[in-house]
Amino acid sequence: MADTSQEQARQPFGAAASEWAIELSGINKSFGPVRANKNIDLKVRRGTIHGIVGENGAGKSTLMSILYGFYHADSGEIRVNGAPHAITDSRHALALGIGMVHQHFMLVDNFSILENVVLGAEDSALLGPSLAKARGALKRLAQDYRLEVAPDAIVEDVSVGTQQRVEILKALYRGAEVLILDEPTGVLTPAEAGDLFRVLQTLRDEGKTVILITHKLREIMAITDSVSVMRQGEMVATLETSDTSPEQLAELMVGRRVLLRVEKGPATPGKVMLEVEDLVVTDDFGTPRVKGVNFAVRAGEIVGIAGVAGNGQSELLESISGMRDQKSGVVKLNGNPMSTLGDDGAHRARLAGLAHVPEDRQRMGLVIAFEQWENSILGYQDQPAYGKGMVLDINAARAAAAERMKKYDIRPANVRLKTASFSGGNQQKIVLAREMESDPGVLVVGQPTRGVDIGAIEFIHNQIIKMRDAGKAILLVSVELDEIRSLSDRILVMFDGHIVGEADPATATEGELGLLMAGIVGKEAAPTAGPAGREPNA
Amino acid sequence: MSARRPLPRWADVALLPALNLLLALVISALVLMIIGRNPLEALDTMIFGAFGYGEGVGYTLHFATNFVFTGLAVAVAAHAGLFNIGAEGQAYIAGLGAIVVALWLDNIGIPFGWLLVMPLAMIAAAAVGGLWAFIPGYLQAKRGSHVVITTIMFNFIASAIMVYMLNRVLKPVTTMAPESATLRGAGKVPQLREFFDYFGYAPVNMTILVAIAALVAVYILIWHTKLGYAMRTLGLNPSAAVYAGMSNSRLIMIAMGISGALASMIAINEVLAVQNRLVLDYVAGYGFVGIAVALMGRNHPIGIALAALLFGALYQGGQELSIMMGINREMIVVIQALVILFTGAMEGLFRPSLETAFMMLGPRQKTEAIARSTAQPES
Repeated sequence: MADTSQEQARQPFGAAASEWAIELSGINKSFGPVRANKNIDLKVRRGTIHGIVGENGAGKSTLMSILYGFYHADSGEIRVNGAPHAITDSRHALALGIGMVHQHFMLVDNFSILENVVLGAEDSALLGPSLAKARGALKRLAQDYRLEVAPDAIVEDVSVGTQQRVEILKALYRGAEVLILDEPTGVLTPAEAGDLFRVLQTLRDEGKTVILITHKLREIMAITDSVSVMRQGEMVATLETSDTSPEQLAELMVGRRVLLRVEKGPATPGKVMLEVEDLVVTDDFGTPRVKGVNFAVRAGEIVGIAGVAGNGQSELLESISGMRDQKSGVVKLNGNPMSTLGDDGAHRARLAGLAHVPEDRQRMGLVIAFEQWENSILGYQDQPAYGKGMVLDINAARAAAAERMKKYDIRPANVRLKTASFSGGNQQKIVLAREMESDPGVLVVGQPTRGVDIGAIEFIHNQIIKMRDAGKAILLVSVELDEIRSLSDRILVMFDGHIVGEADPATATEGELGLLMAGIVGKEAAPTAGPAGREPNA
Repeated sequence: MSARRPLPRWADVALLPALNLLLALVISALVLMIIGRNPLEALDTMIFGAFGYGEGVGYTLHFATNFVFTGLAVAVAAHAGLFNIGAEGQAYIAGLGAIVVALWLDNIGIPFGWLLVMPLAMIAAAAVGGLWAFIPGYLQAKRGSHVVITTIMFNFIASAIMVYMLNRVLKPVTTMAPESATLRGAGKVPQLREFFDYFGYAPVNMTILVAIAALVAVYILIWHTKLGYAMRTLGLNPSAAVYAGMSNSRLIMIAMGISGALASMIAINEVLAVQNRLVLDYVAGYGFVGIAVALMGRNHPIGIALAALLFGALYQGGQELSIMMGINREMIVVIQALVILFTGAMEGLFRPSLETAFMMLGPRQKTEAIARSTAQPES
C-alpha cells in the first residue's frame, strides 16, 4: 500500500505508548469505478468496544477487510499502536495483533475444538506438543475471559454460540489484541447473543480492543463505547455511544429521518384462512425438517413465526406455498385442502388465493437477469390480464408494472431496467408489490427485510400492516426477533421442526422468547454452551 | 464484492464474436502460410466463392439454411437452460419421417403436389426428430438423467438405427448402396434455380423460406408468448420457476421437443430437396456446428441468421478454396474447425480481458457499476 500521507507521526514511536489501538487515515479503495471507501478516517481507542454501523454496501466490510489484510487500500495509512504499517495479508495482521471473527465461521466441522484452535498455528510437524500447549493456553484464556469450552468436543456437535467462541479463542490464541467481529449475532439466539456480549465486555475489561460491525442499532446501544457510522463509502460520524440515540444513528445511516417503531392498531381477526395440520416436510436430502406442525391463521391477523435460522421455517414456508411436497399432513386454504400432485404446486396455491414473498428474493422471488416488468408478472404470467391464450401481452404487463412501480415507489422508475440494477430494498419492493397487488386471501412472507435498507424497512412494515388491516391472513417468518415482535399479533416459536410455544407479543419478553427459540423448554442445553441467561438489555 | 461486470450489449453481441472470428482467421492464415499458400489470396478466394457469383451465393444460402435450423434448435433449448448436443441425431433420424411420407405421396398426380407433400413431410420429420429429443427431455425431467449425456448417446443410437433402416428396411432390392428409393415426383422440394437462373446449379431450395419462418417463429415464441416467458424463467433461474408455479418437468420436455423439431427441418433441406432419397450421414456435422452458431448468435434469431450465413459462407468458400487453389479437403476442414473452435468452444476467450478493458473506460459503465454494487445485497 502506498503511504501517501504527509502527516508526521503524532504519537511518540513505541509499542504501548499510543492511546489508539487502530488509526486509519485517508483510506481509499475502489473496485473498478466503484469507490467502496472514500477518504476514511477512523480511530479506535485501546480497551474499548467500538461499533461500526451502516447499511448494506456502505463499505464496512471493505474497510475491515483492508485492516485485516484481505484487500489493499489504494491510498491511506494504517497505524497499529501508533506505528504505521502496510498490512500485506491476514498473517501480517495477526502478527500485529489483529484478529477477525467472520460472519460465516471458518471451522473444520469434524475436528475437535482444540484442533481447530491449533489449526494453522502448529509449532512443529508433530501435533502432540502443539496440542498440549494449546490445551494449557485454552484453560488460561477460559479463566481470563470466561470463555469456557470443552476442548475435546467435536465442532459439529456444539451449538452455534459455542462455535463462535471457538472463533474468538482462535484469534486470542494467536495473540490478538484487537478483535474484529463481523455481524456476530446474525446466527445466535438472544440468550447466546447475551453470552457473547458478556464475553466482549470481559475482553474489554481485560484491555483488549473490540471492533463490532453490525446493522442492529440495539446492539450498538447495548454494548459499545463509541460508534462510527458509514454511508455510501464515507465515514459520516464517530460518536460516543452515551451521547447518541438509535434514532440519530438511523438518520445518519440513511441520510434522512426514519421511524423505527411500527405503528399499528389492534387486530380484528375474522375466519380461519390458512390451516396447517400435522404437517411433516423433508428437505432435499429426505431429512425431516418440519416435524408435525399445527396452526391456523385468521383473516386480519399477522401470525409471526420466530426461531433461529435453520429450524424448519424455510421448509414450512415452501410447503405452504406449494413449492415443496409435504410428507404428510394437510394445508388448507380457505377450508380447502391443497392437492400435492405434480410439480406446479405454487401455481395451484396462487389460484387458491395465496401470495408468497419468499425468504430469498434473488434465489426464488426474482429472475435477476429479467427486466423489471418481467419480474413484475412472475407467477401470474398466465392470467388473462397479461394476454389471452398463448400470447404474452407485453404492453399490458409493462403498464401494470409501471403502475405498481409508482404505488410502491420503486426506484429507478424504469420497467425496462434489468432487475440486477435495483438495490436490495427496491428488489424486495418489486416482489412485495407483485404479491400484494394480486389481492390474495393469504399472504405468506419470509424474511421481508433481509438485506434491505432501513428506509425501505419502514415502508415494507407499513405495507404488511396495511394488508392485515385490509383483512388478509398473514403468516410472517423472520429470524429478526424485533421484526416478529413489532409486527405480529400472535407469535409462534419454532425449534427443531416443532412449534414449541405461542406467545403474545404484548406481554412476552425477549428473554422468554429466547428460551423458546433455544429449545430450552423440555430440552437440555448443550454442555459447552454455558448457562443460558437472559440478555442484559432485555 | 466482485469487481467484474458484464459487457455492454453491443460489445457482447458484436465485438466479441468479431474478435473471435478475427483470431480464427489469423491462425488460419498462419496455417496457410506454413503450407506455403498466400492467406490473402485464400481469403479473397473464399469471399468470392461464397458471395461473388450466383451459384456461390446459392450454395452459401443452402448451407446457411441448415445452420439456421440447428442453431435455432440449440438456442431454444438453451433458453430453457438445456444444452441440446443431440441436434445431429435428431436431424438424422427425422429423415425417416420425411422420406416415408415423401415416398408415400411421391406419385400423386395433382399440380403443385409438393405444396401438399412438403408440409406433411415437415410434420412427420418434426414428429420423429421432436420425439428423439423429447425422450432425453423426459429422462431429464422425470428421472434426472442429464440431457447433455443422453442427447450425445442418442446421436449414436440414431446413427445405428439409420444404418439398420437403410440397409434392411428402406433399401429397394434393386440398389446396392444403403439408401432409400429415389423421389421422382411430388416428393421433391423445388429448387430456387427453377425460378431464378441466378443460382446456377446451387441446391438452395424452398426450405430456406421455412428457415426464415422458423427464425420469426422462434423470436415470437421466446419473447412474445407465455410459454417462452416460462422457458426463459426456467433457464435463468429454475428455483424461481418452481416459485412461480411453473411445471419444470413439463417445460423441459416441451423445450426439448421444439428443439428436436427445429433440427429435423434439415431432413427437408437435404433429403427431400437435394438428395431426393435418404442416404447415410446426410447431416454431416450441421448439428454440432449449430452449437457454435447458437453461441455466436447469442441465442437470438437475428444473431443466429447472421452466424448461419457466416458458417454457410465458410463451408461454401472452403469448397471454392479446394477447387480454385487446390488446397486439399483436410486443410479446409482445419480452417473450418478453427473458426468453430474460436467462435464456439472458446467463445469466452476474450471476455475477461474485454470486461476489464471496458471497466477502465466509459463513464456510463461507471454509473452502471455503482448502481450494481449498491444493488448487491449481503447475507
